[in-house]
Amino acid sequence: MPHPSPEIILAVITTDLTRVSGGGAPIFRVESQDELERVSLYLSRILEGAIHDLENGVYVIIGH
Amino acid sequence: MEKYQISMLVGITIGFLARIYLLRVDYRQYPSYPHGYVTHISFGFIAAALGAVAIPAIMQPDFTAVTFLAVAATQFREVRKLERETLENLDASELIPRGKDYIEGIARVFEARNYLVMAVALISSGATFWGNWVYGVAGGGLALLAAFRLMSGQVVGDISEVVPASLTFKESLLMVEGIFLMNVGLPAHREKILKEGLAVLIKPRQDNARATLDNLGQRQAILHVASALLGTKRESGELEFSPAVGKDIDTGKIAIFLLPMEPDMECLIEAIQRVPILESSLRRPLATRAGRAAAD
Repeated sequence: MPHPSPEIILAVITTDLTRVSGGGAPIFRVESQDELERVSLYLSRILEGAIHDLENGVYVIIGH
Repeated sequence: MEKYQISMLVGITIGFLARIYLLRVDYRQYPSYPHGYVTHISFGFIAAALGAVAIPAIMQPDFTAVTFLAVAATQFREVRKLERETLENLDASELIPRGKDYIEGIARVFEARNYLVMAVALISSGATFWGNWVYGVAGGGLALLAAFRLMSGQVVGDISEVVPASLTFKESLLMVEGIFLMNVGLPAHREKILKEGLAVLIKPRQDNARATLDNLGQRQAILHVASALLGTKRESGELEFSPAVGKDIDTGKIAIFLLPMEPDMECLIEAIQRVPILESSLRRPLATRAGRAAAD
Protein backbone atom coordinates (compact mmCIF):
# COMPACT_ATOMS: atom_id res chain seq x y z
CA MET A 1 0.00 0.00 0.00
CA PRO A 2 1.38 3.45 -0.85
CA HIS A 3 2.11 5.80 2.00
CA PRO A 4 -1.13 7.68 2.79
CA SER A 5 0.52 11.09 2.64
CA PRO A 6 2.31 11.99 -0.59
CA GLU A 7 3.92 15.08 0.99
CA ILE A 8 7.72 15.21 0.73
CA ILE A 9 10.17 17.65 2.30
CA LEU A 10 12.15 18.97 -0.65
CA ALA A 11 14.42 21.37 1.22
CA VAL A 12 15.04 22.78 4.69
CA ILE A 13 16.15 26.38 5.20
CA THR A 14 17.31 27.56 8.60
CA THR A 15 19.24 30.20 10.46
CA ASP A 16 19.99 27.74 13.24
CA LEU A 17 21.61 24.44 12.32
CA THR A 18 21.04 23.04 15.82
CA ARG A 19 17.32 22.82 15.02
CA VAL A 20 17.71 20.30 12.20
CA SER A 21 19.66 17.16 11.71
CA GLY A 22 20.16 14.61 8.97
CA GLY A 23 17.27 13.36 6.90
CA GLY A 24 16.72 13.08 3.19
CA ALA A 25 16.32 16.72 2.22
CA PRO A 26 19.18 19.20 1.68
CA ILE A 27 19.56 21.82 4.40
CA PHE A 28 20.35 25.44 3.50
CA ARG A 29 22.01 27.47 6.21
CA VAL A 30 21.26 31.20 5.98
CA GLU A 31 22.33 34.23 8.04
CA SER A 32 19.25 36.37 8.60
CA GLN A 33 15.46 36.34 8.58
CA ASP A 34 15.57 38.31 5.30
CA GLU A 35 17.79 35.77 3.64
CA LEU A 36 15.68 32.99 5.08
CA GLU A 37 12.57 34.36 3.40
CA ARG A 38 14.33 35.12 0.12
CA VAL A 39 15.99 31.72 -0.20
CA SER A 40 12.72 30.00 0.73
CA LEU A 41 10.85 31.89 -1.98
CA TYR A 42 13.49 31.04 -4.61
CA LEU A 43 13.56 27.40 -3.65
CA SER A 44 9.79 27.13 -3.60
CA ARG A 45 9.56 28.52 -7.12
CA ILE A 46 12.36 26.30 -8.40
CA LEU A 47 11.02 23.15 -6.74
CA GLU A 48 7.34 24.01 -7.24
CA GLY A 49 6.70 23.40 -3.57
CA ALA A 50 4.98 25.31 -0.79
CA ILE A 51 6.84 27.19 1.93
CA HIS A 52 5.95 26.25 5.49
CA ASP A 53 7.16 27.94 8.64
CA LEU A 54 7.93 25.75 11.63
CA GLU A 55 8.18 28.94 13.73
CA ASN A 56 11.55 28.09 15.21
CA GLY A 57 13.72 29.63 12.55
CA VAL A 58 13.23 26.64 10.25
CA TYR A 59 11.36 26.82 6.95
CA VAL A 60 10.61 23.74 4.89
CA ILE A 61 9.67 23.42 1.23
CA ILE A 62 7.04 20.74 0.76
CA GLY A 63 6.02 19.12 -2.49
CA HIS A 64 2.23 18.69 -2.33
CA MET B 1 -49.82 9.78 -42.91
CA GLU B 2 -50.29 6.49 -41.16
CA LYS B 3 -51.02 6.55 -37.45
CA TYR B 4 -47.76 4.90 -36.49
CA GLN B 5 -45.78 7.34 -38.59
CA ILE B 6 -47.34 10.32 -36.83
CA SER B 7 -46.76 8.89 -33.39
CA MET B 8 -43.12 8.12 -34.20
CA LEU B 9 -42.62 11.60 -35.59
CA VAL B 10 -44.14 13.28 -32.53
CA GLY B 11 -42.19 10.99 -30.16
CA ILE B 12 -38.88 11.67 -31.85
CA THR B 13 -39.45 15.42 -32.02
CA ILE B 14 -40.53 15.80 -28.41
CA GLY B 15 -37.77 13.51 -27.14
CA PHE B 16 -35.15 15.35 -29.15
CA LEU B 17 -36.37 18.72 -27.88
CA ALA B 18 -36.28 17.31 -24.35
CA ARG B 19 -32.59 16.44 -24.76
CA ILE B 20 -31.79 19.92 -26.00
CA TYR B 21 -33.71 21.43 -23.10
CA LEU B 22 -31.83 19.28 -20.59
CA LEU B 23 -28.51 20.31 -22.14
CA ARG B 24 -29.40 23.95 -21.69
CA VAL B 25 -30.33 23.58 -18.05
CA ASP B 26 -27.05 22.19 -16.79
CA TYR B 27 -24.82 24.95 -18.08
CA ARG B 28 -22.69 24.94 -14.97
CA GLN B 29 -21.66 21.34 -15.27
CA TYR B 30 -21.16 21.29 -18.97
CA PRO B 31 -17.78 21.79 -20.57
CA SER B 32 -18.63 24.16 -23.36
CA TYR B 33 -16.91 22.72 -26.39
CA PRO B 34 -19.20 22.41 -29.43
CA HIS B 35 -18.17 18.85 -30.22
CA GLY B 36 -19.45 17.79 -26.83
CA TYR B 37 -22.82 19.24 -27.74
CA VAL B 38 -22.85 17.38 -31.05
CA THR B 39 -22.12 14.08 -29.31
CA HIS B 40 -24.87 14.51 -26.75
CA ILE B 41 -27.44 15.81 -29.18
CA SER B 42 -26.81 12.86 -31.50
CA PHE B 43 -27.13 10.41 -28.62
CA GLY B 44 -30.29 12.25 -27.62
CA PHE B 45 -31.70 11.77 -31.10
CA ILE B 46 -30.96 8.04 -31.01
CA ALA B 47 -32.58 7.78 -27.58
CA ALA B 48 -35.66 9.66 -28.79
CA ALA B 49 -35.93 7.44 -31.87
CA LEU B 50 -35.68 4.26 -29.79
CA GLY B 51 -38.30 5.47 -27.35
CA ALA B 52 -40.66 6.64 -30.06
CA VAL B 53 -40.52 3.43 -32.05
CA ALA B 54 -41.42 1.05 -29.22
CA ILE B 55 -45.21 1.43 -29.02
CA PRO B 56 -45.92 1.61 -32.78
CA ALA B 57 -43.70 -1.46 -33.19
CA ILE B 58 -45.63 -3.48 -30.62
CA MET B 59 -48.96 -2.46 -32.14
CA GLN B 60 -47.85 -3.37 -35.66
CA PRO B 61 -47.22 -6.05 -34.15
CA ASP B 62 -43.49 -6.50 -34.24
CA PHE B 63 -42.37 -7.69 -30.84
CA THR B 64 -38.71 -8.13 -31.72
CA ALA B 65 -38.44 -4.37 -32.12
CA VAL B 66 -38.57 -4.04 -28.35
CA THR B 67 -35.19 -5.76 -28.03
CA PHE B 68 -33.78 -2.53 -29.41
CA LEU B 69 -34.39 -1.00 -26.00
CA ALA B 70 -31.86 -3.43 -24.55
CA VAL B 71 -29.33 -2.37 -27.15
CA ALA B 72 -29.98 1.21 -26.12
CA ALA B 73 -29.13 0.53 -22.50
CA THR B 74 -25.71 -0.81 -23.50
CA GLN B 75 -25.22 2.13 -25.78
CA PHE B 76 -25.91 4.70 -23.10
CA ARG B 77 -23.64 3.07 -20.58
CA GLU B 78 -20.97 4.00 -23.10
CA VAL B 79 -22.06 7.62 -22.75
CA ARG B 80 -21.20 7.54 -19.10
CA LYS B 81 -17.81 6.02 -19.83
CA LEU B 82 -17.10 8.52 -22.57
CA GLU B 83 -18.00 11.50 -20.44
CA ARG B 84 -16.04 10.19 -17.44
CA GLU B 85 -12.91 9.57 -19.49
CA THR B 86 -13.03 12.96 -21.17
CA LEU B 87 -13.49 14.84 -17.92
CA GLU B 88 -10.83 12.80 -16.12
CA ASN B 89 -8.32 13.56 -18.83
CA LEU B 90 -9.16 17.25 -18.73
CA ASP B 91 -9.05 17.32 -14.94
CA ALA B 92 -5.29 16.80 -14.95
CA SER B 93 -4.79 20.24 -16.47
CA GLU B 94 -7.18 22.07 -14.17
CA LEU B 95 -5.52 24.24 -11.51
CA ILE B 96 -8.33 23.33 -9.14
CA PRO B 97 -9.49 19.87 -10.27
CA ARG B 98 -13.13 18.82 -10.19
CA GLY B 99 -12.24 15.62 -8.42
CA LYS B 100 -13.35 12.09 -9.19
CA ASP B 101 -16.65 12.31 -7.31
CA TYR B 102 -17.85 15.34 -9.21
CA ILE B 103 -16.86 13.77 -12.52
CA GLU B 104 -18.67 10.54 -11.67
CA GLY B 105 -21.74 12.60 -10.81
CA ILE B 106 -21.68 14.44 -14.12
CA ALA B 107 -21.14 11.22 -16.08
CA ARG B 108 -24.05 9.57 -14.30
CA VAL B 109 -26.32 12.50 -15.10
CA PHE B 110 -25.45 12.26 -18.78
CA GLU B 111 -26.29 8.56 -18.88
CA ALA B 112 -29.54 9.02 -17.00
CA ARG B 113 -30.66 11.87 -19.23
CA ASN B 114 -30.72 9.59 -22.24
CA TYR B 115 -33.09 7.25 -20.40
CA LEU B 116 -35.25 10.25 -19.52
CA VAL B 117 -35.35 11.25 -23.15
CA MET B 118 -36.32 7.70 -24.09
CA ALA B 119 -39.14 7.74 -21.56
CA VAL B 120 -40.39 11.12 -22.76
CA ALA B 121 -40.37 9.93 -26.38
CA LEU B 122 -42.14 6.70 -25.39
CA ILE B 123 -44.90 8.54 -23.53
CA SER B 124 -45.50 11.10 -26.23
CA SER B 125 -45.52 8.56 -29.04
CA GLY B 126 -47.92 6.40 -27.01
CA ALA B 127 -50.21 9.34 -26.34
CA THR B 128 -50.18 10.21 -30.03
CA PHE B 129 -50.90 6.62 -31.01
CA TRP B 130 -53.97 6.27 -28.79
CA GLY B 131 -55.06 9.91 -28.93
CA ASN B 132 -53.74 12.45 -31.37
CA TRP B 133 -50.66 14.61 -31.70
CA VAL B 134 -51.98 17.22 -29.25
CA TYR B 135 -52.13 14.53 -26.54
CA GLY B 136 -48.64 13.48 -27.58
CA VAL B 137 -47.15 16.94 -27.18
CA ALA B 138 -48.93 17.51 -23.88
CA GLY B 139 -47.96 14.07 -22.52
CA GLY B 140 -44.34 14.54 -23.52
CA GLY B 141 -44.25 17.98 -21.92
CA LEU B 142 -45.73 16.67 -18.68
CA ALA B 143 -43.29 13.75 -18.64
CA LEU B 144 -40.40 16.14 -19.13
CA LEU B 145 -41.60 18.38 -16.32
CA ALA B 146 -42.00 15.41 -14.00
CA ALA B 147 -38.55 14.11 -14.92
CA PHE B 148 -37.05 17.51 -14.35
CA ARG B 149 -38.67 17.80 -10.95
CA LEU B 150 -37.54 14.35 -9.87
CA MET B 151 -34.02 14.67 -11.22
CA SER B 152 -33.10 18.10 -9.92
CA GLY B 153 -31.00 17.30 -6.87
CA GLN B 154 -30.23 19.39 -3.85
CA VAL B 155 -27.63 22.12 -3.72
CA VAL B 156 -25.32 23.12 -0.89
CA GLY B 157 -27.59 26.06 -0.03
CA ASP B 158 -30.48 23.65 0.63
CA ILE B 159 -28.71 21.69 3.33
CA SER B 160 -26.57 24.36 4.90
CA GLU B 161 -26.18 28.01 5.65
CA VAL B 162 -23.30 29.82 3.94
CA VAL B 163 -22.05 32.88 5.83
CA PRO B 164 -19.09 35.25 5.43
CA ALA B 165 -16.19 34.54 7.77
CA SER B 166 -12.99 36.28 8.77
CA LEU B 167 -9.45 35.22 7.98
CA THR B 168 -6.76 35.37 10.64
CA PHE B 169 -3.22 34.16 11.05
CA LYS B 170 -2.01 32.50 14.23
CA GLU B 171 1.70 32.96 13.53
CA SER B 172 2.03 31.08 10.25
CA LEU B 173 -1.25 29.17 10.49
CA LEU B 174 -4.13 30.38 8.37
CA MET B 175 -7.34 30.11 10.39
CA VAL B 176 -10.95 30.81 9.50
CA GLU B 177 -13.04 31.37 12.62
CA GLY B 178 -10.73 29.10 14.59
CA ILE B 179 -10.59 26.36 11.93
CA PHE B 180 -7.07 25.53 10.77
CA LEU B 181 -6.61 25.55 7.00
CA MET B 182 -2.91 25.64 6.14
CA ASN B 183 0.56 26.83 7.05
CA VAL B 184 1.79 29.81 5.03
CA GLY B 185 5.53 30.34 5.39
CA LEU B 186 6.30 33.80 4.05
CA PRO B 187 5.05 36.96 5.80
CA ALA B 188 4.59 38.64 2.39
CA HIS B 189 2.21 35.88 1.32
CA ARG B 190 0.30 36.14 4.60
CA GLU B 191 -0.22 39.85 4.06
CA LYS B 192 -1.57 39.30 0.57
CA ILE B 193 -3.92 36.60 1.82
CA LEU B 194 -5.23 38.84 4.61
CA LYS B 195 -5.72 41.73 2.20
CA GLU B 196 -7.32 39.96 -0.75
CA GLY B 197 -8.56 36.60 0.49
CA LEU B 198 -12.17 35.65 1.10
CA ALA B 199 -13.48 33.09 3.54
CA VAL B 200 -16.88 31.62 4.21
CA LEU B 201 -18.27 29.21 6.72
CA ILE B 202 -20.68 26.48 5.65
CA LYS B 203 -22.91 25.57 8.58
CA PRO B 204 -24.75 22.28 8.04
CA ARG B 205 -28.41 22.55 9.02
CA GLN B 206 -28.63 19.07 10.55
CA ASP B 207 -26.75 15.80 10.89
CA ASN B 208 -27.52 14.53 7.39
CA ALA B 209 -25.98 17.68 5.96
CA ARG B 210 -22.98 17.36 8.23
CA ALA B 211 -22.29 13.83 7.05
CA THR B 212 -22.68 14.89 3.42
CA LEU B 213 -20.28 17.80 3.78
CA ASP B 214 -17.73 15.48 5.40
CA ASN B 215 -17.19 13.91 2.00
CA LEU B 216 -13.91 15.05 0.49
CA GLY B 217 -15.25 14.82 -3.06
CA GLN B 218 -18.08 17.17 -2.15
CA ARG B 219 -15.62 19.66 -0.68
CA GLN B 220 -13.41 19.46 -3.75
CA ALA B 221 -16.46 20.15 -5.93
CA ILE B 222 -17.19 23.27 -3.87
CA LEU B 223 -13.60 24.50 -4.28
CA HIS B 224 -13.70 23.82 -8.00
CA VAL B 225 -16.96 25.66 -8.60
CA ALA B 226 -15.99 28.61 -6.39
CA SER B 227 -12.65 29.11 -8.08
CA ALA B 228 -14.09 28.50 -11.54
CA LEU B 229 -16.67 31.26 -11.05
CA LEU B 230 -14.60 33.82 -9.14
CA GLY B 231 -11.15 32.97 -10.46
CA THR B 232 -8.15 32.02 -8.36
CA LYS B 233 -4.69 33.53 -7.92
CA ARG B 234 -3.18 30.09 -7.60
CA GLU B 235 -0.57 29.43 -10.25
CA SER B 236 0.99 26.20 -11.36
CA GLY B 237 3.94 25.51 -9.08
CA GLU B 238 2.94 28.28 -6.66
CA LEU B 239 0.89 26.68 -3.97
CA GLU B 240 0.53 29.48 -1.40
CA PHE B 241 -2.61 30.87 -2.94
CA SER B 242 -4.47 27.61 -3.45
CA PRO B 243 -8.01 27.61 -2.16
CA ALA B 244 -8.36 25.50 0.95
CA VAL B 245 -11.05 23.79 2.93
CA GLY B 246 -11.12 22.67 6.53
CA LYS B 247 -13.58 21.29 9.03
CA ASP B 248 -14.32 22.21 12.59
CA ILE B 249 -14.01 18.72 14.02
CA ASP B 250 -16.32 19.48 16.94
CA THR B 251 -19.26 21.02 15.09
CA GLY B 252 -18.83 19.83 11.50
CA LYS B 253 -18.77 23.39 10.13
CA ILE B 254 -16.76 23.71 6.94
CA ALA B 255 -14.43 26.65 6.33
CA ILE B 256 -13.55 27.66 2.78
CA PHE B 257 -10.71 29.97 1.85
CA LEU B 258 -10.23 31.40 -1.63
CA LEU B 259 -7.92 34.04 -3.06
CA PRO B 260 -10.16 35.11 -5.93
CA MET B 261 -9.54 37.29 -8.95
CA GLU B 262 -12.91 38.91 -8.28
CA PRO B 263 -13.14 39.55 -4.55
CA ASP B 264 -16.90 39.67 -4.27
CA MET B 265 -18.30 38.04 -1.14
CA GLU B 266 -21.91 37.92 -2.31
CA CYS B 267 -20.97 36.12 -5.52
CA LEU B 268 -18.82 33.66 -3.60
CA ILE B 269 -21.70 32.82 -1.27
CA GLU B 270 -24.11 32.46 -4.16
CA ALA B 271 -21.64 30.27 -6.08
CA ILE B 272 -21.16 27.97 -3.11
CA GLN B 273 -24.87 27.79 -2.34
CA ARG B 274 -25.52 26.55 -5.86
CA VAL B 275 -22.93 23.77 -5.90
CA PRO B 276 -24.85 20.54 -6.48
CA ILE B 277 -24.84 17.90 -3.77
CA LEU B 278 -23.12 14.93 -5.36
CA GLU B 279 -25.06 11.69 -5.45
CA SER B 280 -22.01 9.85 -4.21
CA SER B 281 -21.59 12.07 -1.16
CA LEU B 282 -25.21 12.18 -0.05
CA ARG B 283 -25.58 10.63 3.41
CA ARG B 284 -28.70 10.21 5.51
CA PRO B 285 -27.69 8.94 8.96
CA LEU B 286 -30.96 10.34 10.35
CA ALA B 287 -32.91 7.87 8.21
CA THR B 288 -31.69 5.04 10.44
CA ARG B 289 -32.63 4.30 14.03
CA ALA B 290 -29.03 4.17 15.23
CA GLY B 291 -28.26 7.45 13.49
CA ARG B 292 -31.27 9.18 15.05
CA ALA B 293 -30.46 7.83 18.48
CA ALA B 294 -26.84 8.95 18.20
CA ALA B 295 -27.88 12.42 17.08
CA ASP B 296 -29.32 13.57 20.38
